[in-house]
Amino acid sequence: MSRILRLLVLGGGTILVLFPFVFMISTSLKPQSEVFSASLTLIPAHWGALENYTKAITRIPMGRILINGVIVCATIVVFQIVFALPAAYALAKLRFRGREVLFALVLLGLLVPIHAISIPLYAAARVLGLLNTLAVLIVPFTLSVFAIFLFRQFIKAIPDNLILAARSDGLSEAAIVWRIILPNAWPAASAFAIFSVVAHWNDLYWPLIAISKTHLATPPLGLLFFRAAEAGDDYGALMAATVIITAPLVLFFLFAQRLFIEGMTMTGLKG
Amino acid sequence: MTQPAIHLRDIAKSFGETRVLEGIDLAVAPGEFIALVGPSGCGKSTLLRIAAGLEPPDSGRVILDGRDVTAMRAADRDMAMVFQSYALYPHLTARQNMALPLAMRRLDGFERLPFAGLLPAVRAKRSAIQQEVASAAEMLKISPLLDRKPAQMSGGQRQRVALGRALVRHPRAFLMDEPLSNLDAALRVHMRSEIVDLHRRAGVVTLYVTHDQEEALGMADRVAVMLGGRILQVAAPDTIYRDPAHVEVASFIGSPRINLLTASLAAGGRAQVGPHVLADRIAAPTGSHIRLGIRPEHLRLEAAAGPWRLPVRLDRIEFLGAEALVHCRAEGHGEPLIARMPPAAADTLRHHPQLHAWADDAALLVFDSQGARVPRTTAAMAPAYHDA
Amino acid sequence: MTPSPRDAAAAIETRAAWRLAGPTALLMLLLLVLPTLAVLALSFTDAELGAPDITFLGLDAYTDLLSDRTFKGALRNTALYVALVAPASVLLGLGLAMLIEAEVGGRAFFRSVYFLPVVSLIVAMASVWQYLMHPSFGPINLLLRMLGFAGVNWLGSSDNVLAALALIGIWQALGFNMVLFLAGLTAIDRTLYAAAEMDGVRSAWDRFRTVTWPMLGPTTLFVTTISVINAVKVFETVATLTQGGPAKASETLLWVIYQEGFVYLHIGTASAMAVVFIALLLFLLVIQTRVLDKQVHYG
Repeated sequence: MSRILRLLVLGGGTILVLFPFVFMISTSLKPQSEVFSASLTLIPAHWGALENYTKAITRIPMGRILINGVIVCATIVVFQIVFALPAAYALAKLRFRGREVLFALVLLGLLVPIHAISIPLYAAARVLGLLNTLAVLIVPFTLSVFAIFLFRQFIKAIPDNLILAARSDGLSEAAIVWRIILPNAWPAASAFAIFSVVAHWNDLYWPLIAISKTHLATPPLGLLFFRAAEAGDDYGALMAATVIITAPLVLFFLFAQRLFIEGMTMTGLKG
Repeated sequence: MTQPAIHLRDIAKSFGETRVLEGIDLAVAPGEFIALVGPSGCGKSTLLRIAAGLEPPDSGRVILDGRDVTAMRAADRDMAMVFQSYALYPHLTARQNMALPLAMRRLDGFERLPFAGLLPAVRAKRSAIQQEVASAAEMLKISPLLDRKPAQMSGGQRQRVALGRALVRHPRAFLMDEPLSNLDAALRVHMRSEIVDLHRRAGVVTLYVTHDQEEALGMADRVAVMLGGRILQVAAPDTIYRDPAHVEVASFIGSPRINLLTASLAAGGRAQVGPHVLADRIAAPTGSHIRLGIRPEHLRLEAAAGPWRLPVRLDRIEFLGAEALVHCRAEGHGEPLIARMPPAAADTLRHHPQLHAWADDAALLVFDSQGARVPRTTAAMAPAYHDA
Repeated sequence: MTPSPRDAAAAIETRAAWRLAGPTALLMLLLLVLPTLAVLALSFTDAELGAPDITFLGLDAYTDLLSDRTFKGALRNTALYVALVAPASVLLGLGLAMLIEAEVGGRAFFRSVYFLPVVSLIVAMASVWQYLMHPSFGPINLLLRMLGFAGVNWLGSSDNVLAALALIGIWQALGFNMVLFLAGLTAIDRTLYAAAEMDGVRSAWDRFRTVTWPMLGPTTLFVTTISVINAVKVFETVATLTQGGPAKASETLLWVIYQEGFVYLHIGTASAMAVVFIALLLFLLVIQTRVLDKQVHYG
């Protein structure tokens, strides 16, 4: 009995949660006349799909924008891990002068979001002529104090004996990081990667400031440009654009659901 | 017995495909302390949970003081349980932990709200509860710990708070699920006598689950030995030890383990290991295989050969201070045997690689090929002890 | 004077550590420390992007800010938004997690469904919601009219716009909170529930109060902190859908900082706002960890 009630509530919630997605897809298939017809039908009477999706792809360089997103997010993640892992190892396992200062800086970084310091970063980028490049989208995020913090927690749990054994085998500290720590910290690294990709795929603030050329846009910015280029309420085409832009991450998620959820949870709980 | 305090009648339970309990029938007398003992996986904890009402049986009845409570939920059965992990509420002090069961039973939802203490009736109830908590704490000698949280206590202290939480309810029965397993050896021995003492003072029927046969033998009025979801034997500790009904009972109870020799039955009820006759008057069919059980303290070793003796090879001797354990191997199947004797006696055997083992006829436990205990026929054909 | 072996070893370790952490430290200097100092410095001025003259205003910069109507409005709107989004998304996330945790068969399915909004591009889904919330042909109003209610002007009315944005924010955040609570729930020791049952804790509500809620303490604290901080940082939906309107009703902190700094180019004022923003986040973090932490029971 209580199970039925529970399923009813969960099912009802499912409808509420999926309802935007359903309409998103349905509207992307309708021609403009039907969109304005104020009816709740989901299956379109006439197919406007071709028109809508063509507009979505051509009004802005959709393919290019998606690729930009992938390049930027992937590069960011790689750099974030490459910089954060050795630093986290040093903070977790080594004793050295200046350790407390370094850790204090990490805590500072956790407090100060990128938005707050965007102004001087922008000014610097402008002076260096880096605006409107993919590099400017990547460089400010290569430092992830969250990654350092998360990896440090994780590395602390790795038994010291493992590291002492590696040292007595003659491994340098750098080798230890890449040959011992990385394989052991893989769950944390992949969890963080998921978290970082989701966060940066979504980022609008910095691209909005730093990029003005459409062909360099990342997906969120590209969509804003699309909205600006689209005169009036062509919701059919807009929905088509949102379908295309949302699809990559959603499909990735559906294929690797456990990985995603466990990754986001782990970064949340450990961080 | 007079009406049993707890009667578990014909209990069976499966988890999915696995049969965990089969044909369990156990009657516990009022005030009795019964130990459920067996290796892990034998179903003893499941049986305890069924008695508590935390788990329903697939078939069978649970009867408390004559009342069938099988359909009753655990909270209504008025039994208290002590868990292996103590299961103390981490966010509450010892005092609050111990008061909770009383508060749940005597105060309703409204009365349990913080400000309800302003009402004199509620205040009276609450101070009564506090008094009972204080006296239980006194009995368990944890009064100075009452305002600490579990994280600020040692394992033994947490154990006592868990006991206090059970004690304070004056329940109909105590159910204990390996309560001492998480404590270190010295503390365990000490807590054993404390629990027995508490049981004696409270006079409440107790079901005690453990995998430690020494604990079971030392604490209980009766011991129920379980294996593979069945109760093999229920009897007083002494009987379980001296008169096991099954080879598994004999193996599980007693440390070091009982010595078991595989023998075949020749004419005249004679048990033979190879060419050596070790016993006669065994009531089993000729040609069948039996096992002879000899407790280490009954196994005698001598340099000289003789009738009713088995040649063995000396492996090594462990000198353990008060006693010595002599390890040897039987001729024939090469079964390892352990004999327990005073160190001085063991010393004399030291330089004899070839020894002969025998035991008093009365100390021999005979088990058939299924493991059941086989009696001896009464005609005495051999003297009680055997000379060289 | 040769250093003792211990000092030599410590020096080697220090060198190795800095070799490893050096690049990161440099990045921290360039991307964190210097910009933060720059923002602090700029906040005391009336600098404009592109204009060469700068006047030092000192603390006047902040007093001016605090009497600035736009900024005060942004603070108010942000506070209102947070008050709408944070409690709702936390409580709903908890409720959902408890329902899903109890559900054995469909657990993975429901978990993924409710998590879907989290992996969907915010800007895109905001656009979808804009369509859903369209006053004349948006499905929400169509449904309302079908049920006999009047349609609501969601995003177009200054009275409703924050609520509309909050609705989208809750929809977006729900799945993440739910997943965190789920992890917290599954971590609760099952024997505590058995002990509670033996202690006479019968009803679901009593079980929740005696075991679930106390044991979820750390998780609840974490989820609440994250939810509040994320709500304060709201930007994408405002930038996409309302641009602070109508009539400044949806101007939130980050939007106003963006406008002031990058559209009006008053980087001095924007920096002062940014400093207040950082201070606010710091303040929230401190309250949550200090005050609430006392009540959280780490068992």
